[in-house]
Amino acid sequence: MSNNNENAVFTGGWKILLFILPTILILVVFLYFPAWHSIVLSFFRSNLFLGTRKFIGFENFRNLFIGPLAPAFIQSLFQTIFLSLFIVIIGLPISVFLAILANKKIRGAKVYRMLLIWPFALSPAVAGTIFLFIFNPEVGIINTLLDSLFSIKPRWLDSPILAVILVIFAAVWKNLGYNIVFYLAALQNIPSEPLEAADIDGAGPFRKFFNIVLPLLSPTTFFLLFTNLSYGFFETFGLIDILTSGGPVGPPGFLDHSGITTTIMYKVFEDGFGGSSNMGFAAAEGVILLIMVGIFAYFQFSHLGKRVHYQG
Amino acid sequence: MSDVKLKRRKNIYYKESVWIHVLLIITVIIVCFPILFAFIKSTQSTAEVLSPMMHPGTSFFHNIKRALIDYKLGLYMKNSLIISVAVTAGKIVLSFMAAFALVFFKFRGKEILFAFIIITLMLPTEALILGLFDLVANHPAQNIGDFLKWILNPTELLFQPIKYGFGWSQNYLAIIAPFMASATGVFLFRQHFSSIPRLMVDSAIIDGAGPLIFIFHILIPMSKNTIGALALIQFIYVWNQYLWPRVIVRYDVNQVVQVGLNKIIATGDAVYWGEVMAATVIALVPPLIVFGLLYNSFMKGYALSSNK
Repeated sequence: MSNNNENAVFTGGWKILLFILPTILILVVFLYFPAWHSIVLSFFRSNLFLGTRKFIGFENFRNLFIGPLAPAFIQSLFQTIFLSLFIVIIGLPISVFLAILANKKIRGAKVYRMLLIWPFALSPAVAGTIFLFIFNPEVGIINTLLDSLFSIKPRWLDSPILAVILVIFAAVWKNLGYNIVFYLAALQNIPSEPLEAADIDGAGPFRKFFNIVLPLLSPTTFFLLFTNLSYGFFETFGLIDILTSGGPVGPPGFLDHSGITTTIMYKVFEDGFGGSSNMGFAAAEGVILLIMVGIFAYFQFSHLGKRVHYQG
Repeated sequence: MSDVKLKRRKNIYYKESVWIHVLLIITVIIVCFPILFAFIKSTQSTAEVLSPMMHPGTSFFHNIKRALIDYKLGLYMKNSLIISVAVTAGKIVLSFMAAFALVFFKFRGKEILFAFIIITLMLPTEALILGLFDLVANHPAQNIGDFLKWILNPTELLFQPIKYGFGWSQNYLAIIAPFMASATGVFLFRQHFSSIPRLMVDSAIIDGAGPLIFIFHILIPMSKNTIGALALIQFIYVWNQYLWPRVIVRYDVNQVVQVGLNKIIATGDAVYWGEVMAATVIALVPPLIVFGLLYNSFMKGYALSSNK
C-alpha cells in the first residue's frame, strides 16, 4: 500500500479546513445526525400527521418480534433476505457468464460489451413500469402470446409465487449491467500466464474456468455479493412500489401477514409514511436495517483488509 | 508451426467465434428486449399498443406530447435535470476538494478524518430515512433565540426527537443538499491522487505553484477520467433516485421523473400504455446519453482501477 503522506507537499493551517469542511459538514448534518435521530426516534411513539411524540423505551423493538405487529415484520425480514439471496444466486452466475462471453477477443466485442452494460443506466422505476406492461394479465405481450399458444393467462401480479418470480426476474435484469462492468474489469486484469500454462497442459474450457478464472474473480465476486445484497435490501424499493406495491398477500400460514413482495424497506415506508404513520415503529425497523448493513460492511472491510495483507 | 496445423487452429478458432457470436447476439437480444419493447410500443397508437405486434407505429410524437404535457412529465424532467446536475457537480467539487486536502496537505488526524468519511458508506440514506425526514421537513425555529436554546442544549438536541428542521418540503434543496457529499468520490479521488508520482508533484511545486494553481493547471487535467467516471456514477444514481423524493416532495411542482412514472400508472383510470411507454423512454434517455458520453472514462477511471 502506498504511504498516505507521500504526496503531502503543502502546509497550510486554516486553509485545509476550507477544503475539507464542506464535506464533513454535509456528512455530519445529513448523515450522522439523522442516523443518530433514527435511533432516538425508535424509542418514541411518534405520528407524522398528529405530530405527537412520547418516549416508550424499547417497546417499538419488542413489537418487532412479539405481539400483533411482529408476524408482518418477521415475514418481511424473511422475504427481504429471500429476495436478496435470489438476486445474488441468479444474478451473479449469469453476469460471470455474460462477462466471459463479452471478454472474448472477437470482432465487435466493444459493441457487445456496451449492449450488455447499458442496463447500468436503468432505474428501478423504469424497469418496474416496463415489466408492469409486459406482464399485464390482460394486455401484456407475454399473456397475449401465452393465450394464443396455450390458452393460458397467468395472473402474474395476483398470484404470490408468480409475483415473487417476476420481482426477482426484474431485479436481476436491472442489475446485470452493474455486475457485468465489474466482472469485465476483473477479467481484463487477469494475467495471461496461468491460462497459457493450462492450455499447454491441455486443460479444457470448464477446468480452466473453475480452476483458474473463478478463483481469480473471487475478490470481485465477494465485492458484488455485498453490493447485490444491499441492492436487494434498498434499491428494489422503486421496482416493488411500481410493480406490486408490496403485494399480493401470501398463502395462509406463515406468509399471509403482509404482502409477499414487501421488503423491510417497503414496510418502513408503509409504516412510517403510509396511512397508520407509526414513525417510531418504522424507525425501529430502520435500525434493524442499519445493523444489517453494518454487518455486511464489517465482512466486506475485513475481507478487504485480508486481501491487502495477502498481496503484501 | 506447420501450415496445416496453423490452418486447423484457425478453423477451430473460427468455429468457436461463430458460436460466441451466436450466444452473444441471443443474450444481447434478451437483455435489450424490454427496452426495445418500450421504444417500439411508445410509437404505437392506443389500438396497436395492446396487440402483440412489434412494428413501429406513427403515434410517437402524439404519445410523447401527451406524456410531457398531460402527464406533466416535462415538468418532472426539468426538476430531475436541475437536481441531477446540481448534485453531480456538487459531489464532484466537494469530494475533489476533500481528497485534495487528504493527499496533498500535511496535517495530523488525516486517517481519522478519512475513516469518518468512509464510514458513511455504511449509512445508506434509505435506512435513516425517518431521521432525515424529520430534519428536512420540520419547520425551522421561529426566532434565533428558540433555535439557540435547542441547539445549545445537548440533552434536547441529542436525546429528544428532532424539534426544528430546515422546512424544505416545498423546495429543491430537500433533494439536493443532503446528497452533496460523496464518500465514494473522496475514496476514488484520494486513490487517484496518491498514485501520482511524487516527482511530478515536486516539479510543479518547484515552479512555485501554490495549491490553487496546482489544482487548476495540473491536477484537474490529470483527473479527467476519474471526474468522468464519478460524473457517470453520480448522475445515474441521482437521476434514478426514487424513495427519498417519493417521501419528501409534497407537490408535483417539485417532483422528479421517477416518481412521476408511478403517478402516471397509479391514476386509477384506464392506462394508456403507449403514452406510459413514451414516458419511460423519456425518463431513460438522459442517463443513457450520459452513459454513452462518459463510458470510456468510466471504464478507465473506475471499473479498471477499482480492483487494484
